[in-house]
Amino acid sequence: MNIIVCAKQVVEISEMKIDSSTNKPILSGLDKKVNDIDKNAIEEAIKIKDKTGGKITVIMVGEPDVKERMKELLAMGADEGILVNSPGDLDYSQLTTLLSGAIKKIGDYSIILCGEASTDMFSGQVGPRLAGMLDISQITYAQKIDATKDNVTGERNLGDTVVTLESSYPVLITVTKEINEPRLPSLMQILASASKPILEWSVDDLDVTLEQKVLTTDLQGISMDRKNEIYKDDSDDSIQKLVDNLAKDGVLR
Amino acid sequence: MVLVYSDNKKLAFELLSKAAEISKETKNEVIAAIIGKNDETYAKELVSYGADKVYIAENESETTKAEEYCEILENIITETKSEIILIGSNKNGKEIASRLAGKLNAGCVIDATDVSLDAGKVTVKRVVYSGNAISVQQFQTTPAIITVPSKVFDPIDADSSRKGKIEKKAISPKKSTSTITNISEKVTGDVNVEEAEIIVSCGRGFKDKSDIKLADELATALKGKTVGCSRPIAADLKWLPEDHWIGLSGHKVKPKLYVAAGISGQIQHIAGMRDSSVVVAINKDADALIFNSADYGIVGDLYSVLPKLTKAIKEKMG
Repeated sequence: MNIIVCAKQVVEISEMKIDSSTNKPILSGLDKKVNDIDKNAIEEAIKIKDKTGGKITVIMVGEPDVKERMKELLAMGADEGILVNSPGDLDYSQLTTLLSGAIKKIGDYSIILCGEASTDMFSGQVGPRLAGMLDISQITYAQKIDATKDNVTGERNLGDTVVTLESSYPVLITVTKEINEPRLPSLMQILASASKPILEWSVDDLDVTLEQKVLTTDLQGISMDRKNEIYKDDSDDSIQKLVDNLAKDGVLR
Repeated sequence: MVLVYSDNKKLAFELLSKAAEISKETKNEVIAAIIGKNDETYAKELVSYGADKVYIAENESETTKAEEYCEILENIITETKSEIILIGSNKNGKEIASRLAGKLNAGCVIDATDVSLDAGKVTVKRVVYSGNAISVQQFQTTPAIITVPSKVFDPIDADSSRKGKIEKKAISPKKSTSTITNISEKVTGDVNVEEAEIIVSCGRGFKDKSDIKLADELATALKGKTVGCSRPIAADLKWLPEDHWIGLSGHKVKPKLYVAAGISGQIQHIAGMRDSSVVVAINKDADALIFNSADYGIVGDLYSVLPKLTKAIKEKMG
């Protein structure tokens, strides 16, 4: 069974600062990493492969530095990486057009796995959008998957209900962070992954037409001003100061 | 035309007010869709909240999948030549909107916090980077598909004398290749953290499920009954149902007072509570990230701080 996982490189948001003169977030120089939930997707792909056999292909779209992230996913257990070189900032239409172009070029697959959303944008658009483009069925927000040779059952976490869906192949599944605990690759696996293939495709290698549907015209930082009055101990005096301040702020009534 | 759809009635009414505002500018009609039961009472309600026309696509909603919802909406969009599609941003709404965008090769923005027309172009805002920035985005093409969370727009006052057309549509979408085999209700409490004015939240600093009573006692002393929590407590340990979970993939809250006890302050948690008016953090680690997002903080063990604070609050409030 061929499994395709779509993964994304994101910036480390906890390091992000806002430039106070321009009120814009400073994005350059931030550490980059694999989107957390995409690792859950890889982990789930490995579990399915362990059970049914097959091959795991990871597709990432982005700048050349994405290759470093790809190596991490190959070390976890993916068999092959495909890096689609991105021609700059993409909207969701362009991004999913490239992904679907790459998927069509791969051709044979049963399951496409994606994280439910990325930690930077948190739209959750890529998975179901891709399913729509490829016109295949979708199981989103899966907190549990049970795949056999012929079909897959997924539990969708919808907040107040859990809906269980059964689907034949091909199917696109987006997973939540709760579905599993992604493995940490061993040193041996990291070394072995160096010999796994990473194919680099450009837009011209794919049979696609890119059209921007949504243009980002501005990005404004939101600063959070807090008093940051921290008491270094939990003495009665500190507690009393805190209570007095809360009373002054009008939240005790 | 502007098309409105949500499986959540309240959210549909909220979207109608924005749809009516846009339609006034473009001199178009507001269309609302009902997918599921043939509910004429609800259709009339949609009219009273601003819909000029309501399409009822009757089908067995219990077993309808995203693929089928999309095909029904595609039909309605084509027939009505809708250029702006507003969909309620719950989990169903988001997956339907995204799939629809893929099918129609249309622009789509999820979780918009503002929708307007700027020189004829649909312009939206959405929060990105875990609440650190707002992105302004402009649609270059139509249709423009937008999902909007609840409480972003206020509904207009319902006017039962408003006139509108109600039309039944027989649309039988191609059956999805998937089947719903089970639907189970999750165990939930009667808590609604999104409406709460005072929240005491617990994190990994709690060592046992029964210790959550310490947070509960403080919440009661503060005359708020609401206990919240971070991801590990709800998702991993399952000590509290998920309706208590505050964070990026949990609930977003905006209480007057938010007390974070034993919560480290991961960016995903901050994204859920950053709109709180006053934030108090209690953590024994002086370097915990949560202190950066707090108005007041106490560096100390929650097992000693919480009882002391509860007592002091009770004394203060009499």
